[in-house]
Amino acid sequence: MSAPRKLVEVRDLKMHFPIHGGFLQRRMGEVKAVDGVTFDIYEGETLGLVGESGCGKSTCGRALIRLYEVTSGEVRIDGRNIAHAGPEALRKMRPTMQMVFQDPQASLNPRMTVASIIGEPLDEHTKLSRKERLERIYELMDQVGLNRDFANRYPHEFSGGQRQRIGIARALALHPKFIVCDEPIAALDVSIQAQVVNLLEDLQEKLGLTYLFISHDLSMVRHIADRVAVMYLGKVVELAPRDRLYTDPQHPYTQALLSAVPEPDPELASGRKRTILTGDVPSPSNPPPGCNFSTRCPKVMEVCRKIDPEFREVAPGQFAACHLLNDPASPPGPDAAAGTEATPINQTGSPT
Amino acid sequence: MSDTLSPEGATLATPAAAKADSRATRLKNFWADFSRSPVAVISLVVIVLLAALSFGAPWVTPQNPYDMASLDWMDAFLHPGTEGSGGYVHLLGTDNAGRDMLSAILYGLRTSFVIGLSAGALALMVGICVGLTAAYFGGRIESLLMRIVDLQLSMPAILLALVLVAMLGQGVAQIVLALVVAQYAYFARTTHGAATVERGKDYIEAARSTPLPTRRVLFRHLLPNVLPPLIVVATVQVASAIALEATLSFLGVGLPLTEPSLGSLISNGFKYIHTDRTWLSIYPGLFLMVTVVAINLVGDQVRHVLDPRNQR
Repeated sequence: MSAPRKLVEVRDLKMHFPIHGGFLQRRMGEVKAVDGVTFDIYEGETLGLVGESGCGKSTCGRALIRLYEVTSGEVRIDGRNIAHAGPEALRKMRPTMQMVFQDPQASLNPRMTVASIIGEPLDEHTKLSRKERLERIYELMDQVGLNRDFANRYPHEFSGGQRQRIGIARALALHPKFIVCDEPIAALDVSIQAQVVNLLEDLQEKLGLTYLFISHDLSMVRHIADRVAVMYLGKVVELAPRDRLYTDPQHPYTQALLSAVPEPDPELASGRKRTILTGDVPSPSNPPPGCNFSTRCPKVMEVCRKIDPEFREVAPGQFAACHLLNDPASPPGPDAAAGTEATPINQTGSPT
Repeated sequence: MSDTLSPEGATLATPAAAKADSRATRLKNFWADFSRSPVAVISLVVIVLLAALSFGAPWVTPQNPYDMASLDWMDAFLHPGTEGSGGYVHLLGTDNAGRDMLSAILYGLRTSFVIGLSAGALALMVGICVGLTAAYFGGRIESLLMRIVDLQLSMPAILLALVLVAMLGQGVAQIVLALVVAQYAYFARTTHGAATVERGKDYIEAARSTPLPTRRVLFRHLLPNVLPPLIVVATVQVASAIALEATLSFLGVGLPLTEPSLGSLISNGFKYIHTDRTWLSIYPGLFLMVTVVAINLVGDQVRHVLDPRNQR
């Protein structure tokens, strides 16, 4: 790979959902589902995004392609800033970025045939004749390994894996460059997971796609991703090339997460040190001051409870946000403190 | 569905399933389920028969009971089964103006069906628009629209309809308008409930990310998936519109006596309820009751069939 181009650039992306309540639907607070996320995705690569349930990884993926109105931050896809683009500009950019959903049952309209599901993006964004349209639908069905004879069937007549293929075909219809795969295999049987993942890899190779692969399945991410980002409570805590992350995790959360992956070899398993985290994930509507992980971190220090660690490059290509990884000789300088003070002020001083 | 759990490829192995669930098969299955209840089938037959008779009334009935020229005072208060001056038997007797009751009832029933169906259809459309808008856009719009609907549902429909008819005046169009205003809330509530569930599903998100225009997402994706419960509400509401119209006419604020309506027929006959001329109010009342009950029974069975818990 010679100096790959950055296809997706995310800068300090925040996605806060207001909590409304009461008779007049007043704003009672907000859920900080994604709270300042920064990363790049290079053209043709797969970035794995892992984390436990509710950490904001799905929200992050959806905010990235503007399925939500993002609170703040910048997202550049293919050089164009889409985080705050207007409706018409956004409409024109849509074909570049598509999404494959987690639950193939819920993501397909039960009252539409396969052909109309796959063909609908074509109706809206292209001016194909009937014949060309059908040709394209068949071509897409071939690409994802669906029998052409099934074009006029309804989603519930298919198995989970086939349904996911329909979802992938729909995502491919408009020749996208970037696809967000939101746990595309989580709802599938283990035996089918590999088929779908292999299909995604084949398509990536053939069509030069770039993926954001969201998953909680660490071993599957290890298989498909080139680089992996780990999220915890709305923030990316560590981002590293796959092999580095799995062999030499830097952030205590990543270490704990990896130690939870079952080891099939009993001999190795018995000699392994398990890091078991205690407590629950704090509520994203009221995150702790300082480092988000400070309430559960086994290596917590005094500074962690006060100052949010900076997300910085700790080794070439490896980024992490942890005070442990700062140079121990120099405690966090005034720069770092000033930069992070904004967080607690924002929490208490936000208008209600 | 049973094939949800079947392993990959299992559905392909059964060629019998290949043609399953085309629209025609779905309709066939629906009928198979529906016809399991003989009561519902009989009710449906009764409705179809009554509708055919009433819409064919000008050709079926021996006289036009609302054409004053064809009435004869000499025929007033004839008992059911008596032959009148026109040379035909008045099966259900005649009223104080010498009107053949059976003819009057069929003409009145026609009005009932016209008002019930048009009010039901219009209320359905208005209700769908309100409910879908509220569910899809959410936030303030949702609160505003649904609070209005709640407010309306807390009042009896007859009260609202009475006030509106008093304001708008008498006539078929006015009654339909009053009934639509009084009844759309039921449709809006049902649409909103079903649409809120569907709105959260990923296929709506997928449609938005394509992206499709809002109109298309609403009517092509959301609406077809909220229709089943609405069909049930619609049948019940048509019956209720028919009953409401009869009530209004009975109270004298609906249709004038010069226009055919079951309500005003009952009201007219009610004056003679203490004499032996009970046929004047009993027969129109019976027809009204049979119609409303039959529609409700059909609606009940439709609900039963569409209920996912009863699906095979």
